[in-house]
Amino acid sequence: MSENVIKQLIADTHAFDCVECGKCTSVCPMTRHKKDFAPRLIVVKAMDSASIEKLAHERDLWACTTCGQCSAVCPYKVDYTEFIRGLRAEGALLDFSPECVQGGLMQSMMRVMANAPLKQDRLAWAKAPLRIADRGDIYLFTGCTKHMGAIFRDRKGLDIDSIAGSAVRIMNAAGVVPAMSQDEVCCGHDLNWIGDEDNFARLVDKNVAAIRATGAKTVVFTCPEGLRTFSKDYPLVAEDDLPFKAVHLSELIAGWIKDGSLRFKETKKKVTYHDACRLGRHMGVYDPPREVLRAIPGVELVELENNRDKCLCCGVSGGISCDADTKLYQMDKLMEAKRTGAEVMLSCCHKCQLHLNCAQNDKVPVDRSLIDIPMQDFTVFVANALEEKK
Amino acid sequence: MTEFEPKILAYCCNWCAYAGADLAGTSRIQYPPNVRIVKVMCSGRVDPAAVLAAFRRGVDGVLVAGCHPGDCHYISGNEMAKARMDFLRGFLDEVGIDRDRLRLEWIAGSEGGKFARVIQDMVDNVRRLGPFRVPTVCPAGGAGQ
Repeated sequence: MSENVIKQLIADTHAFDCVECGKCTSVCPMTRHKKDFAPRLIVVKAMDSASIEKLAHERDLWACTTCGQCSAVCPYKVDYTEFIRGLRAEGALLDFSPECVQGGLMQSMMRVMANAPLKQDRLAWAKAPLRIADRGDIYLFTGCTKHMGAIFRDRKGLDIDSIAGSAVRIMNAAGVVPAMSQDEVCCGHDLNWIGDEDNFARLVDKNVAAIRATGAKTVVFTCPEGLRTFSKDYPLVAEDDLPFKAVHLSELIAGWIKDGSLRFKETKKKVTYHDACRLGRHMGVYDPPREVLRAIPGVELVELENNRDKCLCCGVSGGISCDADTKLYQMDKLMEAKRTGAEVMLSCCHKCQLHLNCAQNDKVPVDRSLIDIPMQDFTVFVANALEEKK
Repeated sequence: MTEFEPKILAYCCNWCAYAGADLAGTSRIQYPPNVRIVKVMCSGRVDPAAVLAAFRRGVDGVLVAGCHPGDCHYISGNEMAKARMDFLRGFLDEVGIDRDRLRLEWIAGSEGGKFARVIQDMVDNVRRLGPFRVPTVCPAGGAGQ
């Protein structure tokens, strides 16, 4: 049976179209420091492996960050990330689960959310002057940002906690009162990418029901992972057609700037922008965040050496497989960011910031002055640049 | 229908709380049989992730018990336990798990009676709160965390 699954996966992801040009290996973030790692090798191993059991214990299967650099450069558009995800789901069926970061705290929480009837208190932070509603056309999905904010509140140089509030501030300033729900749960991105499809499906049902109850037609995300999961994975899992479409907050902000409903004050800052893999390579949202940054007076945007679809990954995805090689790779990323001479690196993804912040605070093999670039969330930065209403 | 019997998981430190539980046993003090004890070397070792993992696996309440402040075998492990559990409690509210389901207690090796009282109290509390979750089969990816 498992052999057929692998065959089907290879067919679905066009892995047989591979012409062995090796471009994927040359850009793969993991290959830089794991010398025997290559996206194609995983496909070859999958074909060779007599059993999925063996493959599930293959380190390479869980080391992949699924950042999608390989697929982005592949001339034949082999979908390696989806291939990896499919294999992981098979591995999970055999009760194999990878080692998760933070002792699996987040994964446990997601599984609790998926299974338990909870009375959450997740909107306690949304007090006046922030305005939110129970029903409305536009729904703001905050997902795990508040939980992550609580877990990493004492981490220096990292501010995940204020992302949700900043998003509401921006929307309010544009005259939009977003709908939000107490019954929303985690989007399930991490569970989906470690192959736990059962619990992922439960989270999908809960979220779709919660959002349907608000009557929203548009769901807005600050988090690239949520956006990708809602746009690409939810339609495959949800029982009916989704009653809403998913957009990234930066796309809406860009629109509001064009029609003049948002104004910014002078903000003198030299910034660089990190394209999170889920937002850029997975969803193709490259320009809206840049348009927004250019619209803020005083902001000078300098690009990273590797930008847009070539942007280097933050090193960890799905909350698994953070190791010594990852740390080395994160040094490359941080040094590149520092070389731009920017005062701050912005990113839409709070997990990118978390992983890179962790690398900065860890023991580092290079001089600390080469990597100490501050990071800030794109949403928080934009909210702070808003013109105050008189 | 039978009455709901809560399942309590107790993380007891090797030096004080576990000795306290031992004393409760050797002194033949009666306490409810709803508790499962896990011995850890220090209460500071109990990771919030371990507590959440217990809830995920269908436990209705978690007790973390260590030495009284100042008595820790490792000098300040119990202070770290307190910091960790304080954090977790705030977090539980947000997630929607009743904070009474998690309890941190200081139990000395000589306090067999206190151990029995704490367990009795906790079982009563959790019985009032009801079962934590609808039982589901532990799904794929259930191993490990």
